[in-house]
Amino acid sequence: MSATTAPATLDVSHTPTVPFGRLVAVELRKLADTRAGRWLLIAIAGLTLLVLIIQLSVVLGQDLHPKYIDFLQGMNTPMGILLPVLGVLTVTSEWSQRTAMVTFTLEPSRVRVIAAKFVSILLISVAALVIGVLLGALANALYGALSGHTVVWGNPAKFAFYYLLLYIFGMATGFAFGALFLNSPAGIVIYFVYSFVLPTIFGIAAALMTWFESLQPWIDFNNDQGGLIDATITGKDWAQLAVSGIIWLVVPMAIGIWRIRRAEVK
Amino acid sequence: MIKVEGLTRAYGSFIAVDDITFECKPGTVTGFLGPNGAGKTTTMRVMVGLTPPTHGDVTIGGLHYKDIPNPGRHVGVLLDASAQHAGRTGREVLEIGARTMGLPGTRVDEMLDLVSLDARESTRRVRNYSLGMRQRLGIAHALLGEPTVLILDEPANGLDPAGIRWMRGLLQGYADQGGTVFLSSHLLHEVEQIADEMILIGNGRIVARGTRDELLRDATGGVSTTLVTALDNHQLAEALTDKGIVVHPAGEGLRVTAEPVDVGRVAAERQIVLTDLRAGHEGGLEDLFLELTAETQRDVLPNEVTANEVTASEATASEVRA
Repeated sequence: MSATTAPATLDVSHTPTVPFGRLVAVELRKLADTRAGRWLLIAIAGLTLLVLIIQLSVVLGQDLHPKYIDFLQGMNTPMGILLPVLGVLTVTSEWSQRTAMVTFTLEPSRVRVIAAKFVSILLISVAALVIGVLLGALANALYGALSGHTVVWGNPAKFAFYYLLLYIFGMATGFAFGALFLNSPAGIVIYFVYSFVLPTIFGIAAALMTWFESLQPWIDFNNDQGGLIDATITGKDWAQLAVSGIIWLVVPMAIGIWRIRRAEVK
Repeated sequence: MIKVEGLTRAYGSFIAVDDITFECKPGTVTGFLGPNGAGKTTTMRVMVGLTPPTHGDVTIGGLHYKDIPNPGRHVGVLLDASAQHAGRTGREVLEIGARTMGLPGTRVDEMLDLVSLDARESTRRVRNYSLGMRQRLGIAHALLGEPTVLILDEPANGLDPAGIRWMRGLLQGYADQGGTVFLSSHLLHEVEQIADEMILIGNGRIVARGTRDELLRDATGGVSTTLVTALDNHQLAEALTDKGIVVHPAGEGLRVTAEPVDVGRVAAERQIVLTDLRAGHEGGLEDLFLELTAETQRDVLPNEVTANEVTASEATASEVRA
């Protein structure tokens, strides 16, 4: 058999490592190539538009005087709820659908895969911001044209930066929880508990205990993001945001990545 | 090409793979045989870095899997055909693989064509695939990057007899071109036709290895067996016994402890008409396989595999071959 003369080593000199950009492109593709993924993206865009239309009709009907940032705030509700879900699913769908086996055999460096996934959600955050900023501007301009009131823009560049941070924080926190639990339902439920139940508990605790009231800003990541939403964040708020961000975003993310690196992929 | 050295994988006190060592050479097909839970999948998972070994080492072409750049271009892997996103279409599964490896889109069509998934099937979601279709898709995925090494866990699982035959031809051709093929199975007849070397594993340990003939020699203790049927079995049995050859009735015919050529010669001398004459190897190998792995078998076996069962299993095997 001529075949037995083939060398028993692999010639890898002509195969470069998979470029990181290609991994990111593949991860972006994976976000939209299933019915579930595609509908989640459509739902985020659709709900955001719907909220904006409702908001616009309410302010016009009740003759309110909204500013540009009010429209951005309105859109933050659907974006703030659904983008993190996308963040969770980016990680967990690989585990619940068991595609991690294939993904990690094509790119054995798990950290590179996780990094590519993270960059893909950062890009989604940027896309969400661009869409949000433009839709908000359109709504604000429409409001001015239809109501005849003066249009207030404020500082759009600053708002754009703050809302980009908000979208990134939301998606990244979802991503971190996904990496921590490696299970879609658990990741989503825990994220919603953190996002909707925890603030209430913190609020009650702060009302009952004065020592907790002074501690809360340092550990309540949700609440600290309020300063970004209404663009009122100042010096000390940034420090508090950083500290609470480490607790709720950086720590779960670090544990999650450590877990994925070690996990036996089944 | 694939080198497994002293590989052990323990889960707490349970030892899934227990100090196994073997090598797969280029241009050959190595069959990895064992009952369910023998440690085949764990071994393969360690090979591709999905499971860390407790002790020991696996290298492919001298490299650890994690150190192979763009590994899909070198090693084709199919571990579990069902481990695909149920909501993706078959084509999309291949598309993602092709894009990760940096292959042109035409490669996807080539692979779909190779595994006979037509245009309509390829646009259906994997959720709606039969096991056989998933298996074909998995094989297509493993072959995407034109690898020189193939690691396939139970690739014949769910394929119909024609599909098994197709796969056998595919892998044989692959090895003939210098590729290294390592495939597992819990079914002997899936592997024995194609594997140049077989490794039998039970309870995480290698219990036997060698070529088909080597294993058979061990199985029969160097004694050949022939299955023969004559128009007059009684006459044939007498003729053989006269020559000092041991004869046992087996099903419709006789099981004879001799080479087929010797049996034929006796029949020719005595002018006995034979209706069937063949080597009784398969039964021997099957017996060996069951015996060696008996400790890990989930089902209690009858003390002896009866002649009828042997005949039946051979019939199935020859149907598959046909």
